Amino acid sequence: MTTSDTTIAAGSAPEAESPSDGNYLNHAHGIRSWIFTLDHKRIGVMYLVSVVAALLLGGVFAMLVRTELLTPGKTIMEADTYNKMFTLHGAVMIFLFIIPSIPAALGNFVLPIMLGAKDVAFPRLNLFSYYLYVVGALLALLAIVTGGVDTGWTFYTPYSTTTSTSVIAVTLGAFVLGFSSIFTGLNFIVTIHRLRPPGMNWFRMPLFLWALYATSIIQILATPVLGITLILLILERTLGVGIFDPALGGDPVLFQHFFWFYSHPAVYIMILPAMGIVSELVSVFSHKHIFGYKFIAYSSIAIAILGFLVWGHHMFTSGQSAVANVIFSALTFSVSIPSAIKVFNWLTTMYKGSISLETPMCYALSFIFMFGIGGLTGLFLGALATDIHLHDTYFVVAHFHYTMMGGTFIAFVGGLHYWWPKITGRMYSEFWGRIACLTVFIGFNATFFAQFVMGSRGMPRRYYNYLDEYQPYHVFSTIGSYLLAVGLILTAVYLIHSLFRGRRAPANPWGGASLEWHCSSPPPHDNFAEQPTVGDCYDFSGLRYDPEIRGYVSDQGRDS
Amino acid sequence: MGHEPTSDAAMAHEHTPHLAHHFETSEQQFVAGKLGMWLFLATEILLFGGLFCAYAIYRASHPEIFQYAHRYLDKTLGGINTIVLICSSLTMAWGVHCAQRGQRRGLIACLVLTLLFACTFLGIKYVEYSHKWKDGLLPGTRFDPQYAPGEHGHGGDADETAQYGEHTSDEPAGETGAASPSASDDETPLDVGAGRSRVPPAADGPSGLAEVPWLERPKPHAEIKERPSNVHIFFGIYFSMTGLHGLHVIAGMGVIVWILIRSIKGHFGADYFTPVDLAGLYWHLVDLIWIYLFPLLYLIH
Amino acid sequence: MLAQTDGSFWMPTAGSTAAEEVDLLFDVIFWISAFFFTLIVALMVLFIIRYRRRVGRKAEKMATHNLALEITWSIIPLILVIVIFYVGMKSFLAMATPPEDAYRIDVEGQKWSWMFIYPNGHVDSELHVPVDTDVQLTLTSLDVIHSFYIPAFRLKRDAVPGRYSKMYFRATQAGEYTVFCAEYCGTGHSDMLSTCVVHPPGEFELWLESADPLKKLTDEQYQAYLTDPDAFIAANPEIKGLETPVDIGRKLYTKKGCAQCHSVDGSAATGPTFKGVFGKSHQMTGGSMVVADENYIRESMLNPNANVVAGYQAVMPTYQGRLKDREITALVAYIRSLGDEGD
Repeated sequence: MTTSDTTIAAGSAPEAESPSDGNYLNHAHGIRSWIFTLDHKRIGVMYLVSVVAALLLGGVFAMLVRTELLTPGKTIMEADTYNKMFTLHGAVMIFLFIIPSIPAALGNFVLPIMLGAKDVAFPRLNLFSYYLYVVGALLALLAIVTGGVDTGWTFYTPYSTTTSTSVIAVTLGAFVLGFSSIFTGLNFIVTIHRLRPPGMNWFRMPLFLWALYATSIIQILATPVLGITLILLILERTLGVGIFDPALGGDPVLFQHFFWFYSHPAVYIMILPAMGIVSELVSVFSHKHIFGYKFIAYSSIAIAILGFLVWGHHMFTSGQSAVANVIFSALTFSVSIPSAIKVFNWLTTMYKGSISLETPMCYALSFIFMFGIGGLTGLFLGALATDIHLHDTYFVVAHFHYTMMGGTFIAFVGGLHYWWPKITGRMYSEFWGRIACLTVFIGFNATFFAQFVMGSRGMPRRYYNYLDEYQPYHVFSTIGSYLLAVGLILTAVYLIHSLFRGRRAPANPWGGASLEWHCSSPPPHDNFAEQPTVGDCYDFSGLRYDPEIRGYVSDQGRDS
Repeated sequence: MGHEPTSDAAMAHEHTPHLAHHFETSEQQFVAGKLGMWLFLATEILLFGGLFCAYAIYRASHPEIFQYAHRYLDKTLGGINTIVLICSSLTMAWGVHCAQRGQRRGLIACLVLTLLFACTFLGIKYVEYSHKWKDGLLPGTRFDPQYAPGEHGHGGDADETAQYGEHTSDEPAGETGAASPSASDDETPLDVGAGRSRVPPAADGPSGLAEVPWLERPKPHAEIKERPSNVHIFFGIYFSMTGLHGLHVIAGMGVIVWILIRSIKGHFGADYFTPVDLAGLYWHLVDLIWIYLFPLLYLIH
Repeated sequence: MLAQTDGSFWMPTAGSTAAEEVDLLFDVIFWISAFFFTLIVALMVLFIIRYRRRVGRKAEKMATHNLALEITWSIIPLILVIVIFYVGMKSFLAMATPPEDAYRIDVEGQKWSWMFIYPNGHVDSELHVPVDTDVQLTLTSLDVIHSFYIPAFRLKRDAVPGRYSKMYFRATQAGEYTVFCAEYCGTGHSDMLSTCVVHPPGEFELWLESADPLKKLTDEQYQAYLTDPDAFIAANPEIKGLETPVDIGRKLYTKKGCAQCHSVDGSAATGPTFKGVFGKSHQMTGGSMVVADENYIRESMLNPNANVVAGYQAVMPTYQGRLKDREITALVAYIRSLGDEGD
């Protein structure tokens, strides 16, 4: 059990099993077996389909926004419609896509298997979380069809307490989605604490699990505060309670404090799992042990904790005291250090490795590039003097798209490609995968880099109309966004195609050493018939490539 | 919690009716359940924490509002409610104790008693709320007090008489309804009809947010004779906090009813009482939150 | 705005003392970031090429952690960010501390225009300041949160309803600079622009003096002025800035923010156009017909939601206390002049 060799647990499926053999997909048939499933893998797949649908919806809003911004003044819609478009783009992307994407869609599927467990601690709670997601999504859809919302996804008062748009539907939706997130986090924490098999101690866990653990801590501690904030907002609109309404003696800046107390840690909910994925990808595709395991693990926890202390950096211009501004600025810089450490560790992992550039690795490298820009531009925003100028301009818009999209979303796509063979039992076309990655990379940078310049030159955000001098930047950005959309559509096409025509996947196509690569692709219903033997999940020395099955097998000569 | 068919190899682990298939031992399942419930309680504390935070902020910046308005609350009823909830926690804990010992009848009795106490709590809350409704003590735009605090037996001390300025002395006791109070002179006009506030221009300056200078702060326990502006904030906070708490009491009762049904069916015994234990934990939190709410809202004086 | 298009690649023209400090810090952060980013990407590309997967060649064995290295690359960035934080803090505190003797102007934001109130009581829709002078703005909002932003000065502060916030600057070059609203506030958020006019030495006082000519007239003078404006103006050249009521009204139409919502060319906007409305009968919401005479126009300014023209929302803010009686007269004269000919 303490050897560093990887061993394949007795009873788990051999490498080249075809999916017509027993696996979680054909374990039971019919729609009821999906709707009432308690299998974390099926729940993960349902989440995956749902968040991708949300991505599509949010993406449509994005394309409409960018198209409207081709010219100052009206291009294809009126100001009120535009204001609803950018609000819904933000709300849908954040609450319905980004926050659940990695933890709920990929994490639900991978975490128990990677851990060596049969399921999460509370499978029924897991299913309930999914249905909460569906209810929240329906409420958000209700908001869209009853006229939309135009407050911006941040719902600042008193505009949000007085506008006539469907604020209550969307905030209620966000409230319900918040509880979906909370219960997912709760489930993960208990699973990691209590369902580890013998030998899987904390420092044997893959870094993706550390990342999900840190994320879950944030989810359970921060999300309730959003919940109460939204309840108070709804009470203000319905009963005129007056907590945030200055005409009734309330304080609108208090809303900002409550809102950002959740929403800043929320961005760490988004980025920590992404960094976890990148740790896996960089190590596996460099075929080399991750460098600095403990520092990376601790940095995830550090980011989770420090992330709770910096919310005021969204409010430097709000009129809060200079003392508060200084303290929040100082703490904000402290969070940047753990992130920097991870990047250096990843690079050192690649050093003297044996790097293969399959599609997941292309996405991991894109992440390092784009999150590098995103994170470094955070320095401009954390420094007080520059933030005063850059706050609420396109510089901020570019910064958070680089971190959330160039970071989390890219890692999500990379993880999706990495675990695609495991989830579906199929391989996709590497050729198209890399082409699409390149297209997305170019399109993304074209869309958002121009926005940094526009922002530092003074272009405010959430602007329907703008001065003529900014038009070249907007046009460039919009054309970039069309290219980005093409890349993503291409990705969807070849991935869906692989479901029908893709080559059957071996158990271990990439040469990973964590436990999910020990079971068949797709995994059997119970993940592991017996508790698996745990080794060093970053030790690839015991694996060799077998060209016959186009996958990796144990190097001991045991083909089982 | 049924179990799914397992292969022969998997028979190696315990095979009891209440053990879910993904746990190796009952012990593991129990400990996992406990951890899960404690984490959930942590989220509940943070949920209420936001409200406590709002309370703290407004009380620190406007102590006069709290010192004036809390006297509208009936300390006696609140005190009774506190005792009621504490008793319900006692019976709940006793019920867990019975469950641990497999005493089915004791468990059922304790759960029923807990439910009765909870109903009493809700009943008293209903009485309080309906008085507030009748007397116009509602949050925000609906704030329309029919009398000053301490009048006609509602809250405060019996010997406090109506000496609270010209605003209220001419309003007959018990009159309900639509008379808009002359007392709104010092407040911005409230648009009751819309049901949702319309923000009028704050041309008079930041009256709501202006801090009372330290030297002029009312001393603790000071008598506030005239109604301060924005008193409805107290009721906004009062209804939010007690309302959210009340919802949790109702949810808790639902959980206890479910546990009761399962107890009657005999699902629990000395080897398996986890759901009772976890429901007990939740119920204790609900009680604990009230124990904080009561002095903060009712006993400011 | 000519000044908006000058400046460097990243920044508009630097119009204030704060701008110079902000730009310096921006450059410092930029070059530090560019260095590290280039380093990271270069190493990444280097490693992809040098250590690419080749047949028969496995990854080289090396230590999986190195405490000295990891601490070093934690400490160095830490020192750099401390420096950035410190400079940012110092510059910010300098920007945030107005001197005692700064010239004070009050700013009111509302949907969707800015109003500036000068010490002598003059109210304008543009911000005029003298160059090389400390100016303190006291900001508030009359409805929702707005944010007052002058990119050329690198300054921004939220205008929050129910409270006053302060902002201080010292303009360093004469010119005109755009003022934006930088906090989303509804339909007209992106149209809530204004201009900051920085006057060369000596000119600000002249501007302020001639800004409110009607105020300077005594009651008798005012009556004489109304009876025959052209003759009065010709006879009193020492009263600076005095024009006919129609011309003054035309200026007020822009200065007081009417132009944000009412056109003069017949096009509909947030509010009805002024062209051709005077003296005619119009339908109100609720069905009644009202003649748009002087009284109605006056009422519309002071109590705008009493009689709203059918088809328009009741969103006009009141000008009670913000328009002097003589200004109302001038505006009425202007609107009347728009008759059928327009402007």
